[in-house]
This record gives sequence, structure tokens and C-alpha cells, in this order.
Amino acid sequence: MLIQLEKIEKIYEIGTVKVPALRGVDLLLGKNEYVAIMGPSGSGKSTLMNILGCLDTPSGGTYTLNDINVSEMDDDQLAEIRNREIGFVFQTFNLLPRATALHNVELPLIYNGTSAVQRRKQALEALDQVGLADRVHHKPNELSGGQRQRVAIARALVNRPSILLADEPTGNLDSRTGDEIMEIIEDLHEQGHTIILVTHEEYIAEHSNRIIRLRDGLIERDEAVHK
Amino acid sequence: MRILIYMWEGVRIAFDALKAYKMRSILTTLGIIIGVTTVITIVALIQGLNQAFSREISAIGTDTLYIQKFPWIMNDNDWFKYRNRKNITLEESERVRQLSTLSLAVAPSIATRRTAKFQDKSVESVIIFGTNADYMITSNAVPEYGRFMSENDVHENRPVCVIGWEVAQKLFDQADPLGKRINIGGRKFRVIGVLEKKGSMFGFNQDIIGIIPIGAFQSAFGAQRRSVEVEVKIKSPELIEEAEYELTGIMRRIRKLTPEKENDFAINKQSMLLDTYNKLTSTLWAVAIGVGAISLLVGGIGIMNIMLVSVTERTHEIGIRMAIGARGRDILVQFLIEAVVLSLSGGLIGVLVGFLATWVVNLATEWVTVISPTNVLLSFGFAGAVGIFFGYYPARKAAALNPIEALRYE
Repeated sequence: MLIQLEKIEKIYEIGTVKVPALRGVDLLLGKNEYVAIMGPSGSGKSTLMNILGCLDTPSGGTYTLNDINVSEMDDDQLAEIRNREIGFVFQTFNLLPRATALHNVELPLIYNGTSAVQRRKQALEALDQVGLADRVHHKPNELSGGQRQRVAIARALVNRPSILLADEPTGNLDSRTGDEIMEIIEDLHEQGHTIILVTHEEYIAEHSNRIIRLRDGLIERDEAVHK
Repeated sequence: MRILIYMWEGVRIAFDALKAYKMRSILTTLGIIIGVTTVITIVALIQGLNQAFSREISAIGTDTLYIQKFPWIMNDNDWFKYRNRKNITLEESERVRQLSTLSLAVAPSIATRRTAKFQDKSVESVIIFGTNADYMITSNAVPEYGRFMSENDVHENRPVCVIGWEVAQKLFDQADPLGKRINIGGRKFRVIGVLEKKGSMFGFNQDIIGIIPIGAFQSAFGAQRRSVEVEVKIKSPELIEEAEYELTGIMRRIRKLTPEKENDFAINKQSMLLDTYNKLTSTLWAVAIGVGAISLLVGGIGIMNIMLVSVTERTHEIGIRMAIGARGRDILVQFLIEAVVLSLSGGLIGVLVGFLATWVVNLATEWVTVISPTNVLLSFGFAGAVGIFFGYYPARKAAALNPIEALRYE
């Protein structure tokens, strides 16, 4: 199994009040799966995504990623796991505004110490893969929303991570551009990438093969999508 | 390798930020600029002064002691006290010469200003020294040609003279002065030697001098009642303290001073001038260090302030970097580099302005300035250290951010 969650709990302490966000989530995810995580706000969707993305650690339970127990790692180790294993695609793109597309895509490679030549080669490949070979020296404000999201996808791919974690990737895009982005994600799945999609849009979730619905910090339903 | 790669990223970020906020960056580094400029300029002035001083003082050897009525360094009030001292006599000088074991040469000397004439040419205000043959050693008065006075010349009070380089130039031009009789203050003296060119010391031109036997001096210019200065050359500079001790003992013995009495003579040496000089310049040093330190402190606080602003402004960016794998220490290093780049830019501007300021001083005054590489590197180093010191806290703050919260920050 690529991902193995066992009784994952997350409790936030706000002052003296303990607010449980996840209350024992069990989940198995294989390589090359394409799952959507859905749920209303307050269901623990974002918390689960943060834990899956190694941005946060659970309060209880174990998270095994690629046979490594990541639930008890410190911040530096988590940073390395994020760098190596996870590619993020955010709703708001989260590109560095003053950097070119190329530099934005190179960024993950900078933090794992890839040499400049190798970095440039990999970044150009990734940009080519998302169809932006002719826009590499543009800054984010010189690109359209769809193009920005494609730069973000290239950045997520550049390090060849185990998981692509997309959090409402079409949320800030019009429906036509959104469809284009979903197509790219689908292509990536077909190429063998494992994709976790977090969304609240039913029609976006239906691109995936498996939908996991959360409610009140627990998995409510976990079902295959029939196409 | 890895650290170099993200350090380079840090440098890149820093220059991006400098470019994006030019005005803010310049204002931030103003304190550093002022500090470095001040230090560069004052240190250049002091070093210029040092150079000039050590050139002047080099004529007074570290292996020479001067027995005199007055000490070189004294307070205004002391003058009256020293004035009442007994004059130092030729006989005392002779006794010192006989008794001293550590000295190489002992020369009594008295001086006056007289006009020197040869045929229709004359040189005014020539400093005429009456002394003995040892003077060649004690004062390093080496003839360029001809010879110095011999023991016999001095002993028999022969009317001979050794003249300074410039006197020879002015009186004889191209002609050979040796053997010529010149008129000094109304008396005739035969030129037996011409000294090497020596330049001036503390405004005293060492080339407009004449040296004659001390007995001849006394009979020609009177001065029987003037105090003699005794120049003593020591066998080696390391013996100077011992020699001072010995000479004090000899002088006290000659003058039959009982133990409770103070010395009624002074023993002068180069280090006295040096000490006084160092005392004077140490004030300048203190000013340089004080102004420099305060400016760098203010500059450092400015940098800390702007870095805190920068960290807050770029919280979201830090979140992005952390999400894609930057560790806390990577962020720390990057912000430290930004602070150092800021402070070093200030340092660089400060060095340039300092160069400009000293150049202006050179143009406007006769003050020689010296900018040494050490001075520049040190100023630069301090600027960089300020960047690291005051940049650490903001950088630490950036590194400790929580990635999720930082990402959410807009």
C-alpha cells in the first residue's frame, strides 16, 4: 500500500476547549489510485488533506507513507518527505509572484540540492508536459489563471512525487479552463501518478475512480465511481 | 552542495527584494552607511597621521637617549620648575662619556642660528651645532663626501665645519666646497665635509645645518652659560631601559644628589614622544570606534526592523516554500542572507563614501590619508556581522512559522 491511515485523530485545542477534527480515520490507498475526498466544511476534509500532505501531524493513530511511518516525524523530516513524496496543487495556485514560471517549477529541486543544470532540465520537461514550453520566462502576473495552475502542476510534478495532492484545483478557474486542468490531471493519472483530489464539487469528484466522503471527522462513505 | 544551492537562492531572493524596494533598502542601510563611512574616514586620517609621524620620528633613534635640562613633554606650569635647574655642562658630558658602560657614543651639543656666507652668497638661519666627533654616530650625521670632525679637530678647537646638504647647494652650487673657508656668524671655518640629504623633521629642515667643534662654538658664540644637550647612543635598542638607569645614576653621582632629592635633569627618548602621540590619537580612535559602533547599532536595529516587516509581508511565500519542502533552517539561512546582503550593501556604499570623503580631505587639506585593505575589510566584516546578528531574530521567526498557517496568510 502506498498510504495507510490507522485510526487517525486530530484534536485542535482552542484555549481550553478541545475540538476534534478527525476522530479515527482508517484509509488504504494503492499506487496509481485516483481518489476524491469530499465533505462539507467542518467535516475534517482540510485537516485530512494537511495530514496526508505531511503539512501537519495527527494527534493519534499512524500514517504510513511508502512504508515509512510519518506520523511521528519532526518538522525537518516532514519537509523532506513533502519535498520528495508529495506534489501540491492549490486552489489559489500559490506561485511566487516575482519568480518566472521556470524558477517556480525549479523551487522544489532547489530544496533538495539538485544542481542548476539538472534543475533546469527537469523544470523544462515538467513545463513541457503541461504544455507551457513557450511560457517559461513569464511571471505569474503575465499568465492566465489556467496557465498559472499548469505552472503549479508542473511544480508539483517536477520532483516525481509519489502523490499529487490537488486541493480544489479548479476552484478559481472558469469551467472551460477547469475542464482543461482536470484533463491534465486525468492524463497524469493515466501515466501512472497517484492522485488525491480534495473538492466539494460533485462533478469534479466524478473525474476520479473513488470518492471518500467525510462527515464530522469520520469517513461516511467510501465508494467506487462507475463511469 | 545542497547548502550552496539554497544559499544561492537566498542571494537571489535578497537581490529581488533590494530591487523591489530600493528606497526602503537604502533608508534601512543608512545607519550602516554612516557607520562604515565614519570608520573608514577617521581611520584613514589616523593612519595618515601615523605614517607622517613615524616618518618624522624615525630620525630620533630608538637607541638614543638625550640628557637635557628640560624634558620633552611637560605641563605649562612645570616650565618654571625646570628653568631653575642647573645647566648641563660640557664637563658633565665628558664624565658621562667616561663612566657609561652601555653607550656607544656620547656627544654634547649646543646650537644657535647664524648666517653662513661664502663670497657673495649667503644662507640665513643655519642651525649651527657645537659638538664632538661622536655626534656623527649619535645623530647619524653621515658625510656624503669629505669627512666628519675628528677627535683632534674637536680637541684642538680647530675652525672646521661639516655642512648640511642644502647649505652646500646654496653656497657652492656645483663647485666643490671641500677646503673652502666659509663665514659663519663672523668667523671663518674650513669646510671638511658635506652631509647626506636628510629632509625635515617636525618642520625643522635637517639640511640647513652646520657642525663645528664645541670648543670653537663656545669661543665664537659665547654660550658658556648655556645648557648642553648630551646625546647618548646605546649599544643596542634593547638596552635602553638599563642605559637610562645607568645614566640617571651617573648624573646623580656627578651632581652629588642625596637620595631624597629629585633628579635635576631630564633623560629624553623617542618613546616619550610616541607615548604622547599615542595618547593624542587614542582619543581619535575612541571617537571612530564610538561613532562607528553607535551607527552600526542603529543600522542593525534598522535592519532587524525591516527584516521583521519583510518576514510578515512574505509569510505566504514562506508557506509556499515550506509546502514544497523548505526546512526551517533553509528559510532561516535565506532570511539571514537577505539581512547580510542588505548590511553588506550598506557597507559597500559606506566604503565608497568613505573613499570619497578621504579624497575630499586630501584635496582640501594637507592631511595625508591612508586607506588600508585591512581597514576596508574590517569595516565590511563588521557590517556583515551586524547583518547576521540583527537578522537572526527575524530569520528565526520566519523559520518557526507553521506551514499551514503561513499558507493561509494573505
